[in-house]
This record gives sequence, C-alpha cells and structure tokens, in this order.
Amino acid sequence: MDVLTVENLATHFMTRAGVIKAVDGVSFNVAQGEVLGLVGESGSGKSVTGYSIMGLVDPPGEIVSGSIRISGREVVGLPEEEMQKLRGKEVAMIFQDPMMTLNPVLRIDTQMVEAILAHEKVSRKAALARAKQALEKVGIPAASERLTSYPHQFSGGMRQRVAIAIALLNSPKLIIADEPTTALDVTIQSQILAEIQQLCSETGTALIWITHDLTVVAGLAHRIAVMYAGRIVELGNVDDVLDNPIHPYTRGLLGSLPSNAEHGQPLEQIPGSTPSLGRLPPGCAFSPRCRHAAEICREKVPENQSFPGDRQARCHFPLIYKASEPLSQDA
Amino acid sequence: MNSPSTTVIPSAATTETPFKRFVRNFFEDRIAVIGLVTLLSIIVLALLAPFITPQNPYDLANVDLMDSRLAPGSETMDGYVAWLGTDGAGRDLYSAILYGLRISLVVGVLSGIIAATVGMSIGLIAAYAGGKVESVIMRIVDLQLSLPAILVALVLVAALGKGVDKIIFALIVVQWAYYARTVRGSALVERNKEYVEAAKSLGLSKTRIVFRHILPNCLAPIIVVLTVQTAHAISLEATLSFLGVGLPQTEPSLGVLISNGFQYMLSGRYWISFFPGLALLLTIVSINLVGDRIRDVLNPRLEK
Repeated sequence: MDVLTVENLATHFMTRAGVIKAVDGVSFNVAQGEVLGLVGESGSGKSVTGYSIMGLVDPPGEIVSGSIRISGREVVGLPEEEMQKLRGKEVAMIFQDPMMTLNPVLRIDTQMVEAILAHEKVSRKAALARAKQALEKVGIPAASERLTSYPHQFSGGMRQRVAIAIALLNSPKLIIADEPTTALDVTIQSQILAEIQQLCSETGTALIWITHDLTVVAGLAHRIAVMYAGRIVELGNVDDVLDNPIHPYTRGLLGSLPSNAEHGQPLEQIPGSTPSLGRLPPGCAFSPRCRHAAEICREKVPENQSFPGDRQARCHFPLIYKASEPLSQDA
Repeated sequence: MNSPSTTVIPSAATTETPFKRFVRNFFEDRIAVIGLVTLLSIIVLALLAPFITPQNPYDLANVDLMDSRLAPGSETMDGYVAWLGTDGAGRDLYSAILYGLRISLVVGVLSGIIAATVGMSIGLIAAYAGGKVESVIMRIVDLQLSLPAILVALVLVAALGKGVDKIIFALIVVQWAYYARTVRGSALVERNKEYVEAAKSLGLSKTRIVFRHILPNCLAPIIVVLTVQTAHAISLEATLSFLGVGLPQTEPSLGVLISNGFQYMLSGRYWISFFPGLALLLTIVSINLVGDRIRDVLNPRLEK
C-alpha cells in the first residue's frame, strides 16, 4: 500500500504582492520502503510540498486544494490537534541545517525523550533507553555519554545523525528529508547517505529526499520527481529519468552537471533564470527558457502525460517520443 | 576495555556546560568581580543586620531622641559608639543603613522577579499569538513605556498609600513592560528558527514549544534586563521615599534616611545623608557592574 498519496496539491501564499503559487497541482505517491527524490531549483516548491505534507505551512501560506493521504488517511483539513498526533509519529522530518534544528539550550536526552513522550506514555527510563538505542543505530559512539551532551558539543555530521535518530525515534512510516546533506562536507555527506539508505531499507520506512543535487538522488532514490515553478515536470524511475530525460528542463539540469561534460568544453547551461512565482508566463512555465518551445507552449499549460515505463511528464514536445508516436493522454 | 569506537576523550571544550563557560568568562573581568564581591558583601550585611547592629531602628523604644544628630564616632546614651553618626530621630545610622538595605534589596528583587514573570508571560503570548492579540498587547506596552516611570509610580503610591507592598506593586506596574518588550523581541527571532519548526515536526504541543523551547532561548537578554531593572527599582524606591510618598518614617529605607538628612546638609551634618547615599550608590553601581558583565558574556558578538 502507498504510504503517501498526494493528488493535485496546491499550496499558495497570499501575499500583498499577489498570490504566489508555490505548489500548483502536484500529484505523486510513495510506496512503503520507497525512496523518492524530489529535485528542483531554489523556489521550485519542493520544500513547500514537504511542509504541506507535514501540515506545517504557516500563514500567509495555505493549502488551497488537493488531497494528501498518509496511510490512506486524508490529512488536508485535519484539525491541528489531530495533525499534531501524526507529526513525528507517522511522518517525521529532517531539516537542512543540523546547526539550527537542535535546540541549543537543551541537552540531547531532553530533546529525544520529549519526542518520545509526545506520542507515547512510557516511563522516562524506557524513553531514555530507546533514545540511546536510536543514537547507536545512527552510528554515534559512546551513545550513553553523548546523551547528556549539548548540541554545540557535536560536529555538524554528528548533529545531523542526532537529528536522524530523533526522526527515527517513533518509527514513522515516512520521513521527509529536506536537503539534509547540503550543509555537510562531501565525505560526511556520503556516509550519512549510506546510513540513511540502510536504515530505511531495514525498517521499511519510506523516504522523500528533497534536494537540488541530482548526483545525490542518482545514488539514493528509486524514483525521482523533478519540480519546476511549483509543478512536477517529470516523474519516473531514477535510471530512466537520468538516462533518457523526457522534459527539456531535466535534460538541461543533467547537461549542467560537470561529470557529464566533455573535458575542456564549457558546461551546457539553461539560458535565463527561474521565473518569479508571482509572474509566471501563461503557458508552460519553462517556455521562455526552452529551446524547443513553440507557440502552443506559450499559450497552454501542458497536461500531465503518461509514458511507457510508468513515467510522467508535462511537456508539449517530449524529448524522447516524437509527436507521431501514439501517446496515452492522462487528464 | 578501550576499543577505538567507544573511547571518547573528553576535552575541556566538550565537557564544559554552557553555565560553566558563562561563569569562567564572567570572572575574567576584574571590575565585574569587584562589583560581585561588593554586591555579595552588601547582601550578607543586610541579611545579618539584626545580629551585627547595636540598635533596631524600627523599634521606637530602642531609639533615644537624646542621641539625635551625633557626629560619627560619638558615644550614644546606650553606651555604644555610633561610628557613622545618628540621624535627627536619634537612630544609629550604621544600623539604619543595614536595615534600610534590606528593604531596598527586597523591594528591588521582588518587584524585579514578579515584573519579569508577568512581563515574560505577556511578551511570549504576544509573540506566539501574533495578529491582533500581539498588536493590542504591544500598544499597551508602548503606552506604558511612554509614561515616565517616576510619574506613574508617584501617582500609584499616592493613591494606594505607604508601605512596602504598595511600593512593590507600583514598581511592578512600572517595570513589566520592559520585560514584555524584551521577551517579545527575542521570541520573534526564536520563533522563526529551525529548531522550532523541528519541534513542531515532532508533534510537540504549542505550550511545550513556547515554554520549553522558545523561553529558555530568550533568557539571556532577560537576565540582563533583570539586573539593570533591579538597580533601577532600588533607586526608584529611594526616589519615592525621598519625595515622601514611599515608605513611612517609622520604617526608614535608604531614601527616607537621605531625605531626613537633606535638611541638615548645609549645617555641616553631612553624615545623615552621606552614608545612606553612599550605601545606595554602592549597591546600584555593584549591581550594574555585574549586569554589564553578564550582558557582555552572554552577547555572542562580543566574544573574543
């Protein structure tokens, strides 16, 4: 069964400058134990999608339409008290900057115990034992001594491990990781990636990995969703998407990776810059930067189309399938 | 038993708690240490007042009018030497100052703590509730802070009457707004930090997040305001008493003593105002020295 189903999610921010459509009609699902990479530039709406699932969108932001089901249960419109019970228990979140996500004035044991006690009535002692176990699971040496430390006594990588341990405390079905390795250096990053991958496959926890780093996703995710200007422009198995992108934007991203470039040649780049979400062009949001764009792209927003191999993309001129080939329409 | 994975070598930097580091930093400044020692001596002297003074200045049977306005070092009718002289009512100034310090310190600390508690709660509510609640609360704070403290206190004490409890109440009314504004300012910053978002994502309740996560992170500026405001409260109490609306003549605080001696200043009997004034000065300066050092130590931007 799918742990998470998101259908036509739209999260808008009602600002003085107008409505900012940060997430606009996003649909995807995550199966048990699956790792979904959510990729996009800054401001493409990937983090807001994560916050929407957690029910943590603060005003002026608002989920205006769509449906989010966690283990089959609809959570859009759920009262705050109910949502609070789900958070940390069914869905947990790991944040980008481990320097900022642990409370600097509270000891690690305090923060871990309260995360357990928020959802379960167990003794402090039992909670402490579980906290210690969780720290050991994420590879922190001398866990019982480290429990009484303060966050500033840990290095960045260790702190992110603690944050992961806290997220795992209540064995959630889904973890949303919002760029958790971006603030770490590359060696620590690969260690953490390997550990997370192992932990999730051991426990069967599904994972949404939000990042702008395609190389991270390539090694970690089963499926990948590429976001642009609040929409998922391409969705599919990670190897298919990275080897044969359907959407010109995905190909542009791949082309700008140094590892794909020929030595001595300038990197391919996507011309122009990300559009302001408040002033999107009427048609396809990528059309002003797309070299394949035609008249229809500037007028009509492309629908979500299904492609062979369980893939989806929003493009009037998909790259690997010629217009003559039959396409199944998906409204 | 030392397998490499379990050996953690505790260095000074990793075993030190934030509090220990704070204490170590505090004692690096000599002037602050002098301030702290002075303040602690004053507190100890005030606490021990009944045991180390020759006279209870509140007990009228103990006070002899024949002893009035004796110069420092004179012998009184009761046979003890008044090292700091006596005042117009025949009170031994050394005794009166120590008893007066008790009143000053109690008034300053008690009004400070209660005002801080009230102000912090109101400020936190404002910061966390936001919207209209916040606007209303903060406009009341603005209003309160726009009125001169001494004026508000004067009006309140004049209406309520004399007495330690009334003075404390007046000082709370005058002071809470400082705390409310300070807490709200830091809570607004803390509220948007990622650890609050992380705490929310763990399913912690709102009250828990406000009081267990946000409040402790706002304490540093509060401690600074608390020390400064305590000194301020002590001087405000002295001012009110000096103006004759604070404490009654029978319960002389430092302000009353200074006010009593004021009329004799020009006739050469300086000691009646001078010694209580000196005691007040030392108290306030030492509190401020300690407060300044706490501010410096707690301010990460001033860290070496």
